[in-house]
Amino acid sequence: MTESASSIPWLSFTTFFPLLGVFLIGFRRWMSREDELAYVDKAAKWVALMATSATFVVSLITYVIYQPDVEGFQLVETAEWIGNGIVYKMGVDGASILFVLLTTFIMPICILASWNSINKRVTDYMIAFLILETMMIGVFCALDLVLFYVFFEGSLIPMCILIGVWGSEGERTFLGNIIKNRVYAAFKFFLYTLLGSLLLLVALVWMYLTAGTTDIVQLLAFDFPPEAQKWLWLAFFASFAVKMPMWPVHTWLPDAHVQAPTAGSVVLAAILLKMGGYGFIRFSLPMFPIASADFAPFIFTLSVIAIVYTSLVAFAQEDMKKLIAYSSVAHMGFVTMGIFSGTEQGVEGALFQMLSHGFISGALFLCVGVVYDRMHTREIAAYGGLVQRMKIYAFFFMFFTMGNVGLPGTSGFIGEILTMIGVFKVSTWTAALAATGVVLSAAYALRLYREVIFGTITHEPLKKIPDLNRIEIGILGTLMLASLWLGLNPTPALDVFSPAVEMILERYDAGLAAATG
Amino acid sequence: MTIWDNITFAFPEIFIAIALMILLLVGVFTSGKYGREIGWASIGVLAVALYPVLFGTAAQTADLFNGAFATDGFAKFSKVVIYTGAAVSILLSGHFMEREKINRFEYPILILLSTLGMSLMVSSTDLISLYMGIELQSLSLYILAAFNRDSLRSTEAGLKYFVLGALSSCLLLYGASLIYGFTGATTFDAIAAAGLTANTTGLILGLVFLISGLAFKVSAAPFHMWTPDVYEGSPTPVTAFFAAAPKFAGMALFARVMVEAFPTIIAQWQPILVIISILSMAIGAFSAITQTNIKRLMAYSSIGHMGYALMGVAAGTAQGVSSVLIYMSIYLIMTLGTFACILAMRRPEGMAENISDLAGLSRTQPALALMFTVFFFSLMGIPPLAGFFAKFYVFMAALDAGLFYLAIAGALASAVSAYYYLAVIIKIWVNEPAPEFDRNVGQSVKGIAALATLLMVIGIFTIVPMLTGYAETAAGALFR
Repeated sequence: MTESASSIPWLSFTTFFPLLGVFLIGFRRWMSREDELAYVDKAAKWVALMATSATFVVSLITYVIYQPDVEGFQLVETAEWIGNGIVYKMGVDGASILFVLLTTFIMPICILASWNSINKRVTDYMIAFLILETMMIGVFCALDLVLFYVFFEGSLIPMCILIGVWGSEGERTFLGNIIKNRVYAAFKFFLYTLLGSLLLLVALVWMYLTAGTTDIVQLLAFDFPPEAQKWLWLAFFASFAVKMPMWPVHTWLPDAHVQAPTAGSVVLAAILLKMGGYGFIRFSLPMFPIASADFAPFIFTLSVIAIVYTSLVAFAQEDMKKLIAYSSVAHMGFVTMGIFSGTEQGVEGALFQMLSHGFISGALFLCVGVVYDRMHTREIAAYGGLVQRMKIYAFFFMFFTMGNVGLPGTSGFIGEILTMIGVFKVSTWTAALAATGVVLSAAYALRLYREVIFGTITHEPLKKIPDLNRIEIGILGTLMLASLWLGLNPTPALDVFSPAVEMILERYDAGLAAATG
Repeated sequence: MTIWDNITFAFPEIFIAIALMILLLVGVFTSGKYGREIGWASIGVLAVALYPVLFGTAAQTADLFNGAFATDGFAKFSKVVIYTGAAVSILLSGHFMEREKINRFEYPILILLSTLGMSLMVSSTDLISLYMGIELQSLSLYILAAFNRDSLRSTEAGLKYFVLGALSSCLLLYGASLIYGFTGATTFDAIAAAGLTANTTGLILGLVFLISGLAFKVSAAPFHMWTPDVYEGSPTPVTAFFAAAPKFAGMALFARVMVEAFPTIIAQWQPILVIISILSMAIGAFSAITQTNIKRLMAYSSIGHMGYALMGVAAGTAQGVSSVLIYMSIYLIMTLGTFACILAMRRPEGMAENISDLAGLSRTQPALALMFTVFFFSLMGIPPLAGFFAKFYVFMAALDAGLFYLAIAGALASAVSAYYYLAVIIKIWVNEPAPEFDRNVGQSVKGIAALATLLMVIGIFTIVPMLTGYAETAAGALFR
């Protein structure tokens, strides 16, 4: 494992830049009188937008400095932290740099998407979002396992509050009490993820005691005993599978997605889910190669079930967000399958699929958000014939639906085809069954599109629905360009991935060879 | 060692003892007119006593008072935390005591007295001084629990605490006498030496009683029954004090007794501590779920936290002891901060103690809501807050000692306990606002809450690395 240090802490700068916005907003809110709260709210939006945009610019600078053709970790910064081998260490390689960019790119979009739809407690909302951004960037930059865990878990706090406070209305009975749906979803999200992560924590501590360090670069070079690998792998699996989410621990996702505010759903789908896949690629595969190979059939089974079963479930949904949420689970099935194929195409395809899913599913949730802001319902049956009133919307929605299906030309296609090629080399049956998922995804996605967009307008309120405004066109247009560019010209992204993937697979193969030979 | 040497090393304790007696006399002769000044003077006494602890010559190897007393790094670390905790508790209580009209001058003096007891506890290396320290501390605590003598709940709490505490002291004393009977020694070193040859059955019998007594003092299950009632009934600042310094002292003493006096029979006591630890974590996590009173919730939360700290004691290694010290120090800050927030839950008609009173706090008092949120996430052990690192170190100690199941049980209990903390946080952020609290709760309460919040948030880069270094040195003193 090579690493090249950076004299300027670009990554720390990117990671913690949003906190500057937090301080500004928090300080202004703290100093303000009751009668100027409306003004403070407005200012908070602008500050948040500027902070996230500036973070994007900083991350772009980072990307320019980054050399995609060089192997190993770059822009590495190390500082004393807790001591005894636990250090503050940041760095990126091909597997993470693009996710840093994805995060910083999606965040201003989220702020814009919340511009008019969030009206209560705007300052708190923006603060939570900015803290969330720091945590998410940190996950992809951390090169110390403890630091990684801090960011990984830390993202739970703002996200849980985002869902719980700014989520949608509606009530249900739970354990004999009537509680709000969004509260239920926040609980479920938090507790599911926490339980998985705590097992990861135990594994992490064990690894520290065995290897004497939590430096990821050194851990990658450490050979864990085969018997221990199995347990460590399972502990990591518990955490990442929930985050991913894989069937059967995916049930928190539809709840969280449905209840979260639009921007929350976007972040959840575009970035938070990617942490699971990133974890698998960064840790499980190269650190526990023997266990990864042993458990590959298990993963394949779960992935195929996820792809086929959740696609069918998606088909039966009445709620637009729920449908897209289930489709996310299906798409993540391709990712897990690709990762544990242990082939270059599989892993690269998985990374690509995650990147593309970040744009497409994010955009789909934004599309739902657009009509939800206007009609305040997400029920598919409440729509129909939108094309009569919203031509531009119909166009964008069509594009992203096709991207979700994986139409050639969109980025969705590349990810799916690559993962399937990768898996085909290892397990023909898995690939064949997964391929049916592509058909099924077309079925549910087109059904959604037909019922929402086509036909004549039968519902009275829809007759006055306005088309997209300029902000919305701008947001969706940007995402469309990103997806198209990735789909038509995937090579640059794949070139960024490949040195890292090669390195990871080198470790993987070496580990396997050592076990058999 | 002349007696004079002994006295110089015990200067902090002797100074506190003399000073508190002077303060008591002053209080009596001025008919309690200067309650507030005596409070400040007590804080001053603690600050002065801290000086020789911090900068005095450490006598790591010196056997003071015939081996009954040690001023090693471990005692030093503990005393710093305990004095600070006690001083902060006095600061927290001023405003409350005045509002409730129980601002009698005896209050800070009693806290000083129990601090003296705690100071002896963490320094004691002999069963006799151990027992004296514990009793001095406990007797003061019983009175403190009943300090609001006109309140039925407070006196009930005091009485309950006293009766059960007396029982546990009996157990402890009985265990100590058995140990003495079978080893013929009272100093920890001598017991450890005798443990190699003596009849271990009798020794273990004594040890079991000793552990029961100590478990009661730190409110570990299954000797935790008194905790919720005493926490609920005592005046809130007293509860804050109970939850902080005495817990630390008890746990420190627990660690010292186990690793200094019984290192040879670790195979026998380790399973006992593992069971106590798992039980505490489980009872703390599950019983807290149904609580409606915030002080009772904190009581169960503290039972759970004692379970985590005991993971470190159960490890029985230097790393284990240092993890206990880190855990308890961070817990002390968290718990004092949380109680500062609870002290801010005051309405014109009196203290609000129900969890439902916190509903919608984020809209009426955002700053207080934020602090509560930080403390509860920290108590839950979510990074990047300092509470996470506390858990991280005890997990590390447990795994290092090969106690896998203990670590996994700890992880599961953490997930369960997350539920009730989260329930409070959700109430604060989501529910419709309850009537507002009084803003006037005293500057010191606000200041302490804010400072503790800050420490939790920036702890990741400040107190955690600092504590790690100090705790390691302190724990090393027990394994020389």
